[in-house]
Amino acid sequence: MGAYILRRLIWTPILLLIVGLVTFLLNFYGPGDPVQIIMQQYQDPAVVERVREQRGLDKPVLVQYGIYIGNALRGNLGESFKYRGQTVASLIGKRVWVSSQLGLAALILSIVLGIPLGMLAARWQGRWQDTSIISGALLFYSMPVFITAPFLLMLFVLWLGILPSHGWGGLFDLRVVMPALILGLPGIAFIARMSRNSIVEVLSQDYVRTARAKGLHELRVYWHHVLRNAMIPVFTVIGLSLATLVSGAIVTETYFGIPGIGRLALDAFFARDYPIITALSLMIAAAYVLANLIVDIGYRFIDPRIRYD
Amino acid sequence: MRSFEEEKKKRPARGRSLWIYAGQRFMRNKKGMVCLAIILLLYGAGIFAPLVAPYGYDQQNLGQALKAPGWEHPFGTDRLGRDVFSRVIFGIRTTVIVTVAAMAAGGLVLGIAMGLISGYFGRFIDSVIMRVGEVFLAFPDILLVILIAATLKPRVTEWVRGLEGTVGIEGIVRSGFVDYMVVFGALAIVSWVGMARVVRGQVLSLKESQYVMAARALGASHWRIIFRHIFPNILPPIIVLVSVGMGSIAGSEVILSWLGLGVQPPVPSLGVMIWDNGDISILRTTPYLLLFPVGTVAIIIFAFNLLGDALNDALNPKIR
Repeated sequence: MGAYILRRLIWTPILLLIVGLVTFLLNFYGPGDPVQIIMQQYQDPAVVERVREQRGLDKPVLVQYGIYIGNALRGNLGESFKYRGQTVASLIGKRVWVSSQLGLAALILSIVLGIPLGMLAARWQGRWQDTSIISGALLFYSMPVFITAPFLLMLFVLWLGILPSHGWGGLFDLRVVMPALILGLPGIAFIARMSRNSIVEVLSQDYVRTARAKGLHELRVYWHHVLRNAMIPVFTVIGLSLATLVSGAIVTETYFGIPGIGRLALDAFFARDYPIITALSLMIAAAYVLANLIVDIGYRFIDPRIRYD
Repeated sequence: MRSFEEEKKKRPARGRSLWIYAGQRFMRNKKGMVCLAIILLLYGAGIFAPLVAPYGYDQQNLGQALKAPGWEHPFGTDRLGRDVFSRVIFGIRTTVIVTVAAMAAGGLVLGIAMGLISGYFGRFIDSVIMRVGEVFLAFPDILLVILIAATLKPRVTEWVRGLEGTVGIEGIVRSGFVDYMVVFGALAIVSWVGMARVVRGQVLSLKESQYVMAARALGASHWRIIFRHIFPNILPPIIVLVSVGMGSIAGSEVILSWLGLGVQPPVPSLGVMIWDNGDISILRTTPYLLLFPVGTVAIIIFAFNLLGDALNDALNPKIR
């Protein structure tokens, strides 16, 4: 176990370095000259060259990347091209809080709705309730945000008129419900499907029959014997669903006018604001890789039957 | 006494009959057949769009602008009086081209090749391919598609312009061919990893099977073992993955169009139609402009997923 964790821990920073390099190269060879973007309408050749030198943009690309990583490790992610005088760290810092709240809300929704739906489907295994929950899960599991958003907006905002459609007011504001629901739908579907299959499998185990045979109350059988074992695979899925949360956030935040990192990524992309794009890619990749690392290791603690090699 | 030849003739080929059983199981699956019919119908309409669509995709009629759906225009008309139904059909054509080409290049060619090499030869090359795959998986896929498409597009366009200049052919850039190439390229680069991982896992387990050992003992070449003995046996999961992957590529095309990286207007694509009308005010006034293209993409994605599910049931019966 120690060797496994150690190997993963060593590989993770290397992986992130490569991810950063790929982003850096894509930006470097992408269209547009960063100095021209910084200078905007002031295009005096002498000044352009001076700025290029000042920012270290005249050096070979690998040297630039090395300098960038060195600075990033000290918490300096550079200065935005578009928002003059603002550091990338401060620009991201402001928005990352908003995005994590939205992501958290979506994650909570997927767990709170997904697991009970899966339990219900398993309870009515083979009946119409099961079929409809599983078909629904299959429908929403792979539906991108831009497809579910218009239909849910029609339903909740235009027809029922019970939810606001736009804006952001934090985690405890009614305006979080729509985007969180839309963002969380694939997760709800995925977790419902996973928990249903997992519970059905556990229900056929001998120890469940034994628990029932010795006269335990059905609720106790579920709580102590079924759920404990059935939730283990579901737990890993939560780490995977983080990826969908991030990609969904780019569209959702733009759709609902939420000032998060998804929105920032999009603006930076259109403005060719390379420092922000690189920093965001690195950050998102780091979050994703670390989350999966934690889930992977946690998984092995929760379920000692798993072997690690 | 019957000769061996006669005996051989009497017995049906075993490998083939497994596929026939799978086909029969699939035909019995109502859900799967309906999805297959829907996909064939939509893809057929897309491929033969000029014949099927009642109007041209850029045929304007300002006198008929913003008509609600009716007999003449089943999906209504947009601001320029263009028939939304025809535009959706031509949009499906773009989806057909993008999904088929990106899947062929990314999942089928890159993914299977990488998975086979990785799983069969193992060791160093396996580690390299799998580590590269992990790098691709660490990126949120949308972000990577965006980055690649944004970087590739100007370069490729520039290069093709230069080619046009030297060869003397005009209009390659204008025809939208370059846009398609960039979209395929970006989607292919992102979509191979999943396929490669599945193929690798399958190959790893098959490599130790007795019939592969037997083939090796008889002196079969690597090439022959891979394509005669391993490949036919890993086809079922590949078929399932292709079906599911087609749906997700159809979704990614919409995102690329949203960022202006996809197919450029006036060539219609469902993505362009969705983002041109992706506003709550449109939903209030003329919802059909948005809901028909969105619904079409939703049906395509859903049908491919259900089809994948049905194929999985038919091809891997033991998993049930």
